[in-house]
Amino acid sequence: MKFSSEEILETVGMIAEDKLDIRTVTLGISLLDCSDPDPSACARKIRDKILAKGGKLSEKTDFVANEYGLPIVNRRISLTPLSLVVPTADPAAFLEVAAAVDWAATEIGVNFIGGYTAMIQKGETAIDRALIAAMPEVLASTRSFCASVVLASTRAGINIDGCYTMSRVMKETAQRTADEDGIGCAKLVLFANPVEDNPFMAGAFYGTGESESSILVGVSGPGAVRHALENLGPDADLGQVAETIKKSAFKITRAGELVGREMARQLGVSFGNLDLSLAPTPAEGDSVGQILETMGLSMPGAPGSTAALMMLNDAVKKGGLFASSSVGGLSGAFIPVSEDASMIEAARAGAITIEKLEAMTSVCSVGLDMIAIPGATSVETLAAIIADEMAIGCANNKTTAVRIIPAPNKEVGDSVHFGGLLGEAPVMAVSRISADGFVRRGGRIPAPLQSLTN
Amino acid sequence: MEKKRKDIIVTVIGRDEVGIVAKIAAALAQANINIIDINQTILGKEIFAMTLLADRTASGLTMPAITSRLEESVQNLSLKVTVQDSEVFQYMHRV
Repeated sequence: MKFSSEEILETVGMIAEDKLDIRTVTLGISLLDCSDPDPSACARKIRDKILAKGGKLSEKTDFVANEYGLPIVNRRISLTPLSLVVPTADPAAFLEVAAAVDWAATEIGVNFIGGYTAMIQKGETAIDRALIAAMPEVLASTRSFCASVVLASTRAGINIDGCYTMSRVMKETAQRTADEDGIGCAKLVLFANPVEDNPFMAGAFYGTGESESSILVGVSGPGAVRHALENLGPDADLGQVAETIKKSAFKITRAGELVGREMARQLGVSFGNLDLSLAPTPAEGDSVGQILETMGLSMPGAPGSTAALMMLNDAVKKGGLFASSSVGGLSGAFIPVSEDASMIEAARAGAITIEKLEAMTSVCSVGLDMIAIPGATSVETLAAIIADEMAIGCANNKTTAVRIIPAPNKEVGDSVHFGGLLGEAPVMAVSRISADGFVRRGGRIPAPLQSLTN
Repeated sequence: MEKKRKDIIVTVIGRDEVGIVAKIAAALAQANINIIDINQTILGKEIFAMTLLADRTASGLTMPAITSRLEESVQNLSLKVTVQDSEVFQYMHRV
């Protein structure tokens, strides 16, 4: 036979037991031809384009999943940042367009659509200000529209005024969705150095360098990596561990490549890229934290977590790059707290703190993700946490992000429950030491030096 | 142009009983799917494991329909049947 029984049974086991799946098929759609100074006309053009390009997304995704016997969990859409499409500096215009986008997403059966996005790393335009002013209401009133704001880049530095503004937006968004533990903030991502072809929500938007429309595939499979490491046993040295992760990442990425090419062919668009990111879900075994435990840490957050995560992230990238010439997006390991059973447990046990998570984000592929903090945290403290995370991305020339939920009326020790893929999170402690004076200075932290990087 | 062959891999795993291969083979024949190669073994003492390569070019059935026909053919037995396009294995196990 072309394949040995061992190879076939390995793949079948990866899917059935280790929850290898295609996490998302995301259709990127350029909206650059939908701009119109009349908000109603702009909303109509955008809605029509989403329906035209994405109308068959669900049907074709189901077909491809059945054909290959590979589960495809989510179908999503990413759009050109709305700040580049709506030419009207009026929050009402953004509300009207956002409602149309949300309606279109429901109509074609996607659960999240990304692109309520502004890029203010160096400063704001009047349009950016209008987009941000409408953001809390957009996040509270739409079901599916995800927002992101770029606050820093290695070339521009960190917009501290922007951090301050977005801290207020997060607090207001949480307040407006207080009856659901502040879930609006789960749809808001703040970025340093974002990638423009990320298929994963909530931070996906479709960059201006992309084609008219393309398929972006997000593959996951932390369970498959963990299983391979378990088979390796506790005595293998870390070089062998890295090698095993690479091999698993290779196989997972190949599955994604196959699906991506076929999806693009079915929809008649180009294959944009493949993002292999170990993205956990609350499901048993589908956990990045458990990979760290299998490596030998008693819990994520233990000393050694940063080193272990660096190796994991790097080995995933190396395996993925060899498997596909289309690797892009974020590609690495995600460490969202609420979406990972092992991380939730570590947070409950006090094994992991925001400070340790911050250190870990310097070597993982994203950032402070799905962390619940007390609703009473001050705007200044939250802005300072955002600034710290932006600094890690900015100085290290990498993507970092913040998706924190200041849960209204919740204290340390309480829990927030979002349900579904968003999971649940224990409310984590925030430092009580004030940074008010620093944040209130405002302005911009200049771009960091790119040489003499010692 | 020669029509491209559409190969599938069928995997059947579960408790061993008499006649599993016959039942699966009969269901495939009925669906006009041609068996190209079969590997069958007993893992441990009682776990039946079969992997089978077949050509479905002449069959008019969709993949979900093939899967449910095969599941029906062994429905009273404790077996798990999966059907996948063979390209999946080509991609994952061959450089």
